[in-house]
Amino acid sequence: MSEAIKQPVSPEGIIQMQGVNKWYGQFHVLKDINLNVRQGERIVLCGPSGSGKSTTIRCLNRLEEHQQGRIVVDGVELTNDLKQIEAIRREVGMVFQHFNLFPHLTILQNCTLAPMWVRKMPKRKAEEIAMHYLERVRIPEQANKYPGQLSGGQQQRVAIARALCMKPKIMLFDEPTSALDPEMVKEVLDTMIGLAEDGMTMLCVTHEMGFARTVANRVIFMDKGEIVEQAPPNDFFDRPQNERTKLFLSQILH
Amino acid sequence: MSTHVFKPDMPPPVKAVGVLAWMRNNLFSSWLNTLLTLFAVYLVWLIVPPLLQWAFINANWVGTTQADCTKHGACWVFIQQRFGQFMYGYYPSELRWRVDLTVWLAVIGAAPLFIARVPHKVVYGLAFLVMYPVLAYTLLHGGYLGLVAVATSQWGGLMLTLVIATVGIVGALPLGILLALGRRSRMPAVRVVCVTFIEFWRGVPLITVLFMSSVMLPLFLPEGMSFDKLLRAMIGVILFQSAYIAEVVRGGLQAIPKGQYEAAAAMGLGYWRAMGLVILPQALKLVIPGIVNTFIALFKDTSLVIIIGLFDLLNSVKQAAADPKWLGMATEGYVFAALVFWIFCFGMSRYSMHLERKLDTGHKR
Repeated sequence: MSEAIKQPVSPEGIIQMQGVNKWYGQFHVLKDINLNVRQGERIVLCGPSGSGKSTTIRCLNRLEEHQQGRIVVDGVELTNDLKQIEAIRREVGMVFQHFNLFPHLTILQNCTLAPMWVRKMPKRKAEEIAMHYLERVRIPEQANKYPGQLSGGQQQRVAIARALCMKPKIMLFDEPTSALDPEMVKEVLDTMIGLAEDGMTMLCVTHEMGFARTVANRVIFMDKGEIVEQAPPNDFFDRPQNERTKLFLSQILH
Repeated sequence: MSTHVFKPDMPPPVKAVGVLAWMRNNLFSSWLNTLLTLFAVYLVWLIVPPLLQWAFINANWVGTTQADCTKHGACWVFIQQRFGQFMYGYYPSELRWRVDLTVWLAVIGAAPLFIARVPHKVVYGLAFLVMYPVLAYTLLHGGYLGLVAVATSQWGGLMLTLVIATVGIVGALPLGILLALGRRSRMPAVRVVCVTFIEFWRGVPLITVLFMSSVMLPLFLPEGMSFDKLLRAMIGVILFQSAYIAEVVRGGLQAIPKGQYEAAAAMGLGYWRAMGLVILPQALKLVIPGIVNTFIALFKDTSLVIIIGLFDLLNSVKQAAADPKWLGMATEGYVFAALVFWIFCFGMSRYSMHLERKLDTGHKR
């Protein structure tokens, strides 16, 4: 085990994972994950497919259930208590690989749904906030269209705006650019960089190493359900410590 | 540096257009198709002229008794004379305005729901759904507010058919949706109850359900306790059809990608909100054809209440045709009943297609 940064699990971390284990049937997907994320920290998780990186962030809002260990998000521990799960989900935004916009609602309705029904915001206020974030992701003119009428890059930017409308404290990105055509990757990454500059706490599962280098405070490399190495991006890319990391980097950076 | 010049758009090649070209392409494109076309024309020539002769040209339209009919064509006098019975059954003639008023209230009350610009449709729709049945029951059954009571045994004809079908549809849809959700629930107890319910009601014929509700149920009920035959039939129809609706809706729920459930959950929507705002609107839209299919079947199945002695449209026709004064008029009666059923079913089918187009948001992949 060669962890470049040994971070003690401290109460001030907005996300704390302690000894988290998870199995799919017999298959041990997450092995003893310890992770502490400070407010405003930007973390990129990378690793080969099946290494457990998506599962890790999906555990943070209980889209996946962990079977051992402790996960505390924003001071609330994730247990089977639905109230607590929903409380955490209100504060944690998520962006998916396949956007997952609601196709029966317009872009604006996609963005106002959760603020109105979860935060009980009046419609007018919710629409104001939605337009604000749609402007931030630079597609306010699409507000009354349906998701099916937008390009992949535009849909993903809407998905980011939709998550931001809940004013989350943490944003999770699960391979946000993997399903996009190459010419659309940049518009989504630019949006995410803008978000990072505003100090949002972000956890990104991505293969965009350029993004990791410019944006991340810390890059975490996972393999076979374990955190193999974590380091600031410069150390991570230029002086990887672990054999497995070196191999992965050599495969991904041609 | 050379500039690439794009080719200009060209119009498609002009193929022969017009009636002749269409016929050549669609009717006479090969010797086999020519043969089939000629055969079809022959069949039409064989069937349609005699039918028109019977139904219109030789038909009798005016008169009051069977004697006014010439026997060369259809005797529509029969329909004319018994129209009241076909529409209202034995509902007292002087009180039939109450039935008419009930229908008009439904039309006027529901109209705003079909106009795009009316605000607060959901609130209005729910209020209508709660208020109207009370109003309709008061008007049809009477017994309150100085209205003379009309027992349900006197209800009949198209009115009874519509009452059973409407109650069946309005009752079976929400129950079916709940059953579909229950069948996919993560709670084993809920799932078992729903699966058992669905499989039981789907496994028995409707005619058995109606018969049991009318003949068997009173045997099990305590002495002196009985409830209305029509009510029992309606409950039977609702339970029976809800099982079918449940399976249709379940098909829709299964077609919604997992990502939709996850996205709804990830924003903090609870189960009922996620279902009501995200999943069901999409799932129900997908299964409109299946739901309407079930409704059409339900509408036609109402004629099975004949088995428990209720006089719906079809049974009214049958009874009128058995009247010695109008012997031999069964054909006219059944043609009329078929036409009425067809108009309603075709109407439902067209409306469902309109609804599909209206709700299409262009996300089909």
